Amino acid sequence: MVNPIFSVEIIISNKPRARDPEGETIIRDLMHKSGFESIKEVRTGKLLSIRIEATNEADARDKVVAMCNDLRIYNPVAHSLNVRVRPGN
Amino acid sequence: MKVAVVQFPGSNCDRDTVHVLKNSLKLDAKLIWHNEFNEAYDAVVLPGGFSFGDHLRAGIIAAHSPATKAVRKMAAEGKPVLGICNGFQILIEAGLLPGALLRNTTLKFVCKWTNLQVEANNTAFTCAIEKGSKVRMPIAHNEGRYFADDEQLDRLETAGRIVMKYVDENPTGTSRGIAAISNEDGNVVGMMPHPERASDPALGGVDGMKIFESMLEWTKC
Repeated sequence: MVNPIFSVEIIISNKPRARDPEGETIIRDLMHKSGFESIKEVRTGKLLSIRIEATNEADARDKVVAMCNDLRIYNPVAHSLNVRVRPGN
Repeated sequence: MKVAVVQFPGSNCDRDTVHVLKNSLKLDAKLIWHNEFNEAYDAVVLPGGFSFGDHLRAGIIAAHSPATKAVRKMAAEGKPVLGICNGFQILIEAGLLPGALLRNTTLKFVCKWTNLQVEANNTAFTCAIEKGSKVRMPIAHNEGRYFADDEQLDRLETAGRIVMKYVDENPTGTSRGIAAISNEDGNVVGMMPHPERASDPALGGVDGMKIFESMLEWTKC
């Protein structure tokens, strides 16, 4: 049986305690200066959009998280990892 | 003394480092392509640059290279291991040094001479320098803001593992002015400043020589 393919998004961003100067610049010098005062915070990150073969959504997530830890796709000292799985290709 | 300078795709100042070791210090220094780290060496230097285009994160791809495997073994054997700039980033990503090196708070690539204070001289790369003395070396990087949580920073301070701090200014927003740290045994040092760019009067300074001279001293002990 061929396993289905799942789309998984990995988002790596600085932990709240690690300053994100790019996000700070975007909110200060672009959004607030342009009048979008209602924006209270901007955090930037890196998105890896991948496709993976797995038996189900939970399996897809487990495989991706294990790989992220194994290859140190994020630095746990400074980054948080957010993994989102959706079915389909 | 046989020293390997590892060359990754995108390394720079690798030849400068070999030049200093070979021509100024008269050591048997070799430039070694990262996939061809096969011989035994007494010490190793991971040079600066932008290994693998800094893709994903500076240093992370090189941290998985065959050369880094050999570096890990040398570190465990107590041999001197120096990471300069991108080399420091590689040592962090390889888990040989703690913490993280994040993008400078200035959001700028900072390329300038800096004043540093040597905070620890019980390391393989500062043992020939008096503790507390000031040295001058250039930095040139975009991701050199050392980051760790406060408890970890306290532990590093207490253990005397913060090797160098910037003085007069904090050019990158780095935690507690940190420019260089070491492992517990002091044989592995990562530093953002470039000693090889400060090892010839023609380049504007010679303080970097002390880093490499320390390596020689260390191996004699």
